[in-house]
Amino acid sequence: MRLLQDQTAEQKLGESLIIQTAVRILVPFIQLFGLYVIVHGHYSPGGGFQGGVILGASFVLLTLAFDQKFALKYMSEKANNILSNAGALLFTGTATLCAICYGGKFLDYSALDKLLPLGPIAWRSFGIFVIEVGVGLAVMSISASLFWLLGSNGEMDEGL
Amino acid sequence: MKLLALFATLMTGAILLYGTMDFPAFGDPQSPAATHLATYFTENAVRETHVPNLVTAVLGDYRGYDTMFETVVIYCAGLAVVSVLRKKKPSVPENKS
Repeated sequence: MRLLQDQTAEQKLGESLIIQTAVRILVPFIQLFGLYVIVHGHYSPGGGFQGGVILGASFVLLTLAFDQKFALKYMSEKANNILSNAGALLFTGTATLCAICYGGKFLDYSALDKLLPLGPIAWRSFGIFVIEVGVGLAVMSISASLFWLLGSNGEMDEGL
Repeated sequence: MKLLALFATLMTGAILLYGTMDFPAFGDPQSPAATHLATYFTENAVRETHVPNLVTAVLGDYRGYDTMFETVVIYCAGLAVVSVLRKKKPSVPENKS
């Protein structure tokens, strides 16, 4: 087992031109598909969790094909932390805004109608969209940062 | 010891499979799960929320607490891993070119 690890460390498996080119071509489409899954959750299977995981998997794929520094050029650690906080805050903030908005109930999006009159039913549809975006942001950045932290022993440098 | 573990696993699996025999048939409209709230959702969800996908309507609106605390659980997992694992490098001024 140790021998195999040493061999793979010397050969740098994954640093192949074919894999890197394929990942370079694939990653934008994966991210576009993740956005589609989040945004189209009203009409088809999908939603925040699934789309967020697809978006996070695109960064994991970048890390595996290149190395962690390369992936961190596209999504820095600070931006990642800000996005995970922003995603969780978007959800809980929307829910709280419903509660403090003219006597509405917690998580009752139709109360936001008094803030911006679009109609209570349209607000229920739009509120679901807002919280799906929040879930997507949080799941994307947290799944990517879990992989990065566990893969790089907490140092966030070279990675695997 | 391995044989004992295999026996315990097989027995648990057999008991669980025996338990599934009491389940209602797949897609049974008279099953308890399909008679109380599911009819309300299928009849009223599109009219009340304007979301054609009932799963999204239930997850995001009727069961919003569940989804919110799922997100909070994931957020707590990320927070815990960052606070336990993240190491700051020892600050060496020469290395920072």
